Amino acid sequence: MDAAKEASPAKVEPVAAENSASQDSQSHAPAPNIPQFSREDDLHAYHEMLLIRRFEEKAGQLYGMGLIGGFCHLYIGQEAVVIGMQMASEEGDQVITGYRDHGHMLACGMDPKGVMAELTGRRGGYSRGKGGSMHMFSREKQFFGGHGIVGAQVSLGTGLAFADAYTKNGKVSLTYMGDGAANQGQVYESFNMAQLWKLPVVYVIENNRYAMGTSVARASAQTDFSKRGISFGIPGEQVDGMDVRTVREAATRAIAHARSGEGPYILEMQTYRYRGHSMSDPAKYRTKDEVSKMRDEHDPIEMVRKRLIEAHGVPEGDLKATDAKVREIVNESAEFATHDPEPDPSELWTDILLEARA
Amino acid sequence: MATDILMPALSPTMEEGKLAKWLKKEGDAVKSGDVLAEIETDKATMEVEAIDEGVLAKILVDEGTEGVKVNTPIAVIAGEGEDVSAAAASGGGPKPNGASEPQPAPTPDMQAEGQAEKSAPTARTPDDKPNAPAAPATITNKAREPVMAEFPEGTEMVTMTVREALRDAMAEEMRRDDAVFVMGEEVAEYQGAYKVTQGLLQEFGARRVVDTPITEHGFAGIGVGAALSGLKPIVEFMTFNFAMQAIDHIINSAAKTLYMSGGQLGAPIVFRGPNGAAARVGAQHSHDYSAWYSNVPGLKVIAPYTASDAKGLLKAAIRDPNPIIFLENEILYGQSFPVPKLDDFVLPIGKAKVHREGKDVTIVSFAIGMTYALKAAQALAEEGIEAEVIDLRTLRPMDTDTVVESVKKTGRCVTVEEGFPQSGIGAEIAARLMVDAFDYLDAPVLRITGKDVPMPYAANLEKLALPNVAEVIEAAKAVCYC
Repeated sequence: MDAAKEASPAKVEPVAAENSASQDSQSHAPAPNIPQFSREDDLHAYHEMLLIRRFEEKAGQLYGMGLIGGFCHLYIGQEAVVIGMQMASEEGDQVITGYRDHGHMLACGMDPKGVMAELTGRRGGYSRGKGGSMHMFSREKQFFGGHGIVGAQVSLGTGLAFADAYTKNGKVSLTYMGDGAANQGQVYESFNMAQLWKLPVVYVIENNRYAMGTSVARASAQTDFSKRGISFGIPGEQVDGMDVRTVREAATRAIAHARSGEGPYILEMQTYRYRGHSMSDPAKYRTKDEVSKMRDEHDPIEMVRKRLIEAHGVPEGDLKATDAKVREIVNESAEFATHDPEPDPSELWTDILLEARA
Repeated sequence: MATDILMPALSPTMEEGKLAKWLKKEGDAVKSGDVLAEIETDKATMEVEAIDEGVLAKILVDEGTEGVKVNTPIAVIAGEGEDVSAAAASGGGPKPNGASEPQPAPTPDMQAEGQAEKSAPTARTPDDKPNAPAAPATITNKAREPVMAEFPEGTEMVTMTVREALRDAMAEEMRRDDAVFVMGEEVAEYQGAYKVTQGLLQEFGARRVVDTPITEHGFAGIGVGAALSGLKPIVEFMTFNFAMQAIDHIINSAAKTLYMSGGQLGAPIVFRGPNGAAARVGAQHSHDYSAWYSNVPGLKVIAPYTASDAKGLLKAAIRDPNPIIFLENEILYGQSFPVPKLDDFVLPIGKAKVHREGKDVTIVSFAIGMTYALKAAQALAEEGIEAEVIDLRTLRPMDTDTVVESVKKTGRCVTVEEGFPQSGIGAEIAARLMVDAFDYLDAPVLRITGKDVPMPYAANLEKLALPNVAEVIEAAKAVCYC
């Protein structure tokens, strides 16, 4: 079966078409098959991606200062994936991911202060300092973690979709995993049930080429992750995950498929992380050239910045103002996260069990 | 030579059944493979096939007869050229001829349960003597009035099996709350591998009674995800042995998320199914996980013995906002107990029950361990030793107070469980008593447990691997220094 065929690109969303028109009016020649963003779309994407970038840089800095403990997995380089996905989702759609989760939380609208304070293990953190980098949640923002066991979030995210189908709430579960998690057995158990029961879930495989230090080629017999659902009849497609426009377009298609009751959809987002797997990465498994080539030629934020200036005619000064605003948000979050007190010792014994209601 | 057709067993734990229908009548010629009769239990039905050629000389048990014991002669077949009337007269002897015993055809039930055991005599029964006559399958435990009143005095009691009590508990809670649903292997159309979910599909439909593929890791994760989202799943494992494939979700996803989320996300989910040894199913199907799960903060662990506790505690478990491990036992499923006839009988989680009062020694047990404990207490009473038997019922949170209060009175304690000795429930009780009742103990706490070996298959070895009543009696006497 050709999975890509099922994922008929004919179902391109109206948003892209509109954008395309607005681009034309600004006499920018769009590259063939690349959906275009309006000025507002690009401004939004720029702000959101930059917030993640600066937040992660600050987290890396705080880690180096010993203010963040344990593991810390940065999302730098992959920002276009989660922002493009969020631009296509509806309020109330759930998001769940693995341990490289800071970007997803910010993209869901969670407060940077609460995220940073959780990284530093303070009482103002989203989990009151009891979760850490890999374990944060927000029921309010429909963000369900933040999971430290590789692949576990895939079954859990499928369960969120099960609940959506059970309650017929019209929502979709956006379930993220990396190329490493995509080799876990429970992923395929979940694919099977999701398609069997036509659950509204979009599986987003963020292929950043390395599972810790093991390249995709060294770990995966089928390196085209969009084909991983073929034996279950789940459509999938490969997406340039460095370009927020292609991400949003594919996401719109996939989410519409899931929301319409047709079942799950797989998006392989081809992306790249600039930093190591975690802060203690030996950086021996890839060359410096490879990293700098991606940074220089495919940086998701630089691409938008360039477009804003060259195509949308946004004055550079406006973008600098955005940069300054983002830095301020991030600095405030760091300020809060380093001055907020640690949890009260009594917190050790709370949140283990909920009180049963009479 | 005339051969007796014996009542076959559908499963290792079956002890009697109903002879539903005769498909041959007296005088009919039969050949190997012919279906002679249909038998049924509360769990399943099966056909009795002939393995000999001849003539059906006499039917010894009429169709419609209930409670026919396994291995009872139900018909006589006359061999070729044999005088049918003579054969009929000679048949039905008290001594079953093993060679002519009809072997039950493998049924889906047996395969599903991973138990293709055929003959009942070697099956383990709740009784303890290997060669003792089979106890009636439906044992009515004429329990004394519960020591602690958990329902109003004068409440009408109905006798039901543990299996029925569990089913009723689920059905009642599903009627009460649309967010409650059951998922697992064979829970819907098959009516439950052990028939615990019998009738639920018919009442609640496929939306709420969900057959899953054989995929424990996956559906446990889906169940937890649904629970995090606000539903109240009951996830049935065909046995807790298979839950080992899913234990990551039980512990890492269900038990820890509330804490890791700073109290934001609870997982109101019940994981239930048979736990521990059944009968002759070998090491991979006999593991007792009581101690494992009781080790984990964030879980509640329930292991009932009686039908009444099974019902009241399962209802409480389904309503509880936390992840619950509900450990059942295959051998107890068919046992009957009085259950209060109340519209909404819910018991508190975390409360032990004094099942039998006594002043000389405290015996602490739970689940099927109670069968050893109660028989030992009976035997000890005949020798003038009054044992107090405590049923923990909940293993986490563990009701130490009830145990300590009893030990203050008796000064002695024996624990009984089928699980392994090291780091077991008995070890935990002993440690707690050391701290909380040290000054009251007149003897070291003794533990009776399963032996420290993987469960063997051979009938005699399995018997040896499990605890027995004699061990409990001996331990009780030892701590009483008599």
